[in-house]
Amino acid sequence: MADSSSKKAVMSADDREAQMRLAEARKKYGRGKAPSVKNIRDKKLRTTLKAQEEKHKNAMLQAKDAEILLEHESGFLEPEGELEKTYKVRQDEIKDSVGMETAKKGFELRLNDFGPYRADYTRNGRNLLLAGRKGHVATMDWRDGKLGCELQLNETVRDARWLHNNQYFAVAQKKYVYIYDHNGVELHCLNKHLEPLYLEFLPYHFLLASAGISGYLKYTDTSTGQTVAELPTRLGRPTSPRSEPTQRHSPPLVKALVHRGPVRSLAIDRQGRYMVSTGQDQKMNVWDIRMFREVHSYSCYQPGASVSISDRGLTAVGWGTQVSVWRGLFDAALADQGKVNSPYMAWGGDGQRIENMRWCPYEDILGVGHDQGFASLIVPGAGEPNFDSLEANPYENTKQRQEAEVHSLLTKLQPDMISLDPTIIGRLDTISDKKVQEARNLDHRPEDHMEKLKNRGRGRNSALRKYLRKKGKGNVIDEKRLKAEALRKEHHARTKERLRKEREDLGPALGRFAAKKDS
Amino acid sequence: MKIKALSRSTASQQAPGSAVVRQSRNLDPAQHPFERAREYTRALNAVKMERMFAAPFLCQMGDGHVDGVYSMAKDPGSLERFASGSGDGVVKVWDLTTRGEVWETQAHENMVKGVCWTPERKLLSCASDKTVKLWDPYNSSRDAPPMASYLGSSAFTGVSHHRTDPAFAAANSSMISIYDLSRPSSTPSQTLHWPTNVDTITSIAFNQTETSILASTAIDRSIIMYDLRTSSPVHKLVLKLASNAISWNPMEAFNFAVANEDHNAYIFDMRKTDRALNVLKDHVAAVMDIEFSPTGEELVTASYDKTIRLWDRARGHSRDIYHTKRMQRVFSAKFTPDNKYVLSGSDDGNVRLWRAKASDRSGIKSARQRSKLEYDQALIKRYAHMPEIRRIKRQRHLPKPVKKAGEIKREELSAIRRREENVRKHTSKANLKKRQNEREKMILTREQ
Repeated sequence: MADSSSKKAVMSADDREAQMRLAEARKKYGRGKAPSVKNIRDKKLRTTLKAQEEKHKNAMLQAKDAEILLEHESGFLEPEGELEKTYKVRQDEIKDSVGMETAKKGFELRLNDFGPYRADYTRNGRNLLLAGRKGHVATMDWRDGKLGCELQLNETVRDARWLHNNQYFAVAQKKYVYIYDHNGVELHCLNKHLEPLYLEFLPYHFLLASAGISGYLKYTDTSTGQTVAELPTRLGRPTSPRSEPTQRHSPPLVKALVHRGPVRSLAIDRQGRYMVSTGQDQKMNVWDIRMFREVHSYSCYQPGASVSISDRGLTAVGWGTQVSVWRGLFDAALADQGKVNSPYMAWGGDGQRIENMRWCPYEDILGVGHDQGFASLIVPGAGEPNFDSLEANPYENTKQRQEAEVHSLLTKLQPDMISLDPTIIGRLDTISDKKVQEARNLDHRPEDHMEKLKNRGRGRNSALRKYLRKKGKGNVIDEKRLKAEALRKEHHARTKERLRKEREDLGPALGRFAAKKDS
Repeated sequence: MKIKALSRSTASQQAPGSAVVRQSRNLDPAQHPFERAREYTRALNAVKMERMFAAPFLCQMGDGHVDGVYSMAKDPGSLERFASGSGDGVVKVWDLTTRGEVWETQAHENMVKGVCWTPERKLLSCASDKTVKLWDPYNSSRDAPPMASYLGSSAFTGVSHHRTDPAFAAANSSMISIYDLSRPSSTPSQTLHWPTNVDTITSIAFNQTETSILASTAIDRSIIMYDLRTSSPVHKLVLKLASNAISWNPMEAFNFAVANEDHNAYIFDMRKTDRALNVLKDHVAAVMDIEFSPTGEELVTASYDKTIRLWDRARGHSRDIYHTKRMQRVFSAKFTPDNKYVLSGSDDGNVRLWRAKASDRSGIKSARQRSKLEYDQALIKRYAHMPEIRRIKRQRHLPKPVKKAGEIKREELSAIRRREENVRKHTSKANLKKRQNEREKMILTREQ
């Protein structure tokens, strides 16, 4: 014992460091547990699996080591004393203390005539799309302040979304959804999408989803123009602007009752682990999607009209004329600590009713659309500092954009690949493999159910009785049941016969003491 | 209050005035959603592209032969020369780079049954006219007489040269005669014969690694091993049907493959012949020729069903099937020494050149292209078990007769299997014999 412990102590210095490094790498870059190779008898397979696992391990460590190349660090807002509160910090204070370049990113657009406005950023966060209810639609390169196109549609506009890049956007108008290009030229009218209320675009599937007044969800593949699915929600007029891929199938993959009252808005974090929803019941609930469990519930002063979650997990809630930004809602859930006590930042209260909010990807910016225009707020610590230019590049040039478009079209995911668990593809189907193996084994005999029933105990709870008693099978008369009933009859007859015999043996006086059951 | 917000300057991504943009990577899985699904889609594209680019047939060599091509041999000392012998006694030598004929002679009066190169780049040919002749295609003109000729008592059916010694083996009827090329006499220096064997030997092959071992197949269904050191036959293996050709694995000297009349090819271990190492099933007619690739990892078979098939040594079904509308019964198929191409000689008199990998292209590839192809291969391998990918990868267009024959064969086999199972079901346990392994079924007897 002492020897082994001392050996451990000798080994530990370097070893423990390596192990810590591996554990850290696994936490962030790991792709699930390694298969156990101990019970595998096939030598070749075992070696292959081991080699593969070694490769994965190396990849993990290398990915971890490559973090040294990440050049930007995320922003922050830190109080220096106990009396300082981050939610007291105003936008002008932030603008004073950050660089000029960054300060320029916080701005407000006063658009009193055609509001309320809804806003949307492209996937790389470079372009902004504004859509006013009364028909005013504009796109802009918001960092340079350059206007892309401006349209006056002269009819109600309920929502607008960018498609896969800054070349196209979809607008939910009074009757149909229309697609425009970056010059504002109308390209398509999607007349299947009747009276759309909200739009959502799934960039990896190239699906444009709309929720209509009648409660229909419609999905159109924007690369081919085909309607992929039309789903009646059968729940009346939708109130939530966010539809996620998980809701595509009919029937819905999950139906959850998250609020006592209508859901006003919901948002899902970028890894699809947590969901935040606000309802008319003046609550904000945090959900763990993987476990379908409510993590925490927060009370609001007013029903939250709009929720949005940033890349680094900041949650913005718009209620009434106010915006509050929460930090650590999910971290708290992870560590199973208590609730978060106070919001991270706050804005508003100046009389503009919040319509919707979007986080600008890869920036510390929250875009707020309200009834008097649009505000771009600086929220330090919201955005992902290090982008992957093969995924979404905020600084892309035309050539890169075109190339990225081709690549993303080549890897377009088919709509039937949508599932709650994104790793389901490529998993082994062990059940069907077992069936195939059984079918291949010519000596395999299916186990006889009746045999099992016959040999299992007697008395009140014998397997046979239990089977016949089982609920939900009353109407089903199949071979199995007929056999079971015949078996019971046989049992009955046998018991009766035995009883009769015993009575005979005991004679007329003692016959009534014959045991009815086996002893 | 400490405040810091993100700020990246555009100049840090792209230097002013330059068109070069930095690629920044972040490998955090959170930034790459649906990675499995996207990778699978890429794998699907890769496997589709592979099938789209599959164009196995390259060309036919020159104008071919007038009669069918029944034997071929590649020059072990050259990447581009090989010889073919035809039914009308003509032997031709071909050049792979020009895809043309370089030498031709009316070698025999009858069907050329075997050709073989010597290490000195001379060509041996044997035929049904009871002669074996030695030619010098590199140095002599077309109408030059043979350098030597050897007469036998009956038709010669196969010839194979020793790896190092100046000696070759030729088979006539049930006898194998070893001739010494260094001596002027035209009588064999040694004869090998299995004592009870009376039927004609169809093919012989020297082991090129374990050089004194010689194997033969005969129409009495036997496969016989001989050892030159003791100048005696060593081992006889009898299968249920006759074998047509035999090929040694160039990398694992103890393994050999035989092409059988029962539509299958078998790989055996010479040291342990009670069981085949692998059974290659897919052809729908007799397999006429078989050869290991120079790497020893793959095989090519030629079949009477007018197709050639390529096999992975460790798999039971073929990796690919090659056929053309005009190709008739295929009697010989060979890998080229660089493992890149396959040659086939068929009854229609043509010698055809095929790619060993149907979607491979031989031009010089850029590093990017190469890495892309490697990545695609890795993807296909990783998702090979997915039904869609497996389907696309396996799908081949078959000639109608082959497809039909395959269907009929499958039905017949399943009927036989069903019948056997029915018999087993109604047999008492005491009389129930063990099921025979698929790899042992075809073995009739073994003799030492």
